[in-house]
Amino acid sequence: MSEHIMSSKFYYTIWIALLGLTAITAGVAFLDLGPLNVIVALVIATVKALLVVLFFMHVKYTSEKLTKIVIVSAMFWLLLLLALSMADYATRLWT
Amino acid sequence: MSDSPITVEQHGPELLHHFVDAEQQRDAASLGMWLFLATEIMFFGGMFCAYLIYRYWYYSEFAAGSRSLDITLGTVNTAVLICSSLTVALGVRAAQMGKRKLLVILLLLTIVFGFAFLGIKGVEWYDKYKEHHIPGPSFNVDDLVNAYPQIHIDQQHEQIYFSLYFAMTGLHALHMIIGVGMFVFLTYYAWKGRYTPKYYTPIEMGGLYWHFVDIVWIYLFPLLYLIDRHH
Repeated sequence: MSEHIMSSKFYYTIWIALLGLTAITAGVAFLDLGPLNVIVALVIATVKALLVVLFFMHVKYTSEKLTKIVIVSAMFWLLLLLALSMADYATRLWT
Repeated sequence: MSDSPITVEQHGPELLHHFVDAEQQRDAASLGMWLFLATEIMFFGGMFCAYLIYRYWYYSEFAAGSRSLDITLGTVNTAVLICSSLTVALGVRAAQMGKRKLLVILLLLTIVFGFAFLGIKGVEWYDKYKEHHIPGPSFNVDDLVNAYPQIHIDQQHEQIYFSLYFAMTGLHALHMIIGVGMFVFLTYYAWKGRYTPKYYTPIEMGGLYWHFVDIVWIYLFPLLYLIDRHH
């Protein structure tokens, strides 16, 4: 972990961005975008999660590569869990 | 630094003697915390997986259940958690700079936001209790069936949505309660002056946990509250 100290203004900027994205995702949910609704919601959630991980959790400034490997591995395991389960359930009715 | 293995290094009490230096000690703590968070991702991941499968099967029941949640309270709670993440991030910064009073204030604010979140969550759960939307013998969604006559709503499938809603928000709330408890200890030790710019690892690790719980909510909010809102 680096000793990188960010300015408090920087944290306020991230905070405003997170609040703005929350308002956008709640507002967009009321528009009928068809199948795009869930995609927009998840993209916004992922952008928010990335802002928190990279800047609030200091992953962008960490010098420790092992930490990044752990995070990427965890995402990969989660993807395996979700993708392979859905690959099963989504194709059960196929003949 | 001498190469001799019997050299006794002089260091402050904050550095455990099996670490080479403070940076290595911090890296080890951070790696351990991230490994723990990886197991937490899989812990919540099982529930997200169950959610995904049932949402795929019983979409109209999930949509009706989602519309019955209070989106205003859900949005406010998301904002409350984001504010708490800001106070945590600023708290870690205060610890890095050795500002003890500021650190204590920010930790206390985080606890206040944590209680606010749990309070709002409690109000929402109580509303669901009053509406008979809690899975169990008195579960009843006639109100949803009447509200959306054009959509077929199966009581049993609707119960699955609400089971997942309570399991996921419940597990998340449990993490919040643990987080608030942890921050009470951190505040006490911060007030006693235990944390310095040389040693603030517990603040940093508590912060990682808090941000992680915030991220879980960032996903729970759209998945539980925002399905098919435009109807």
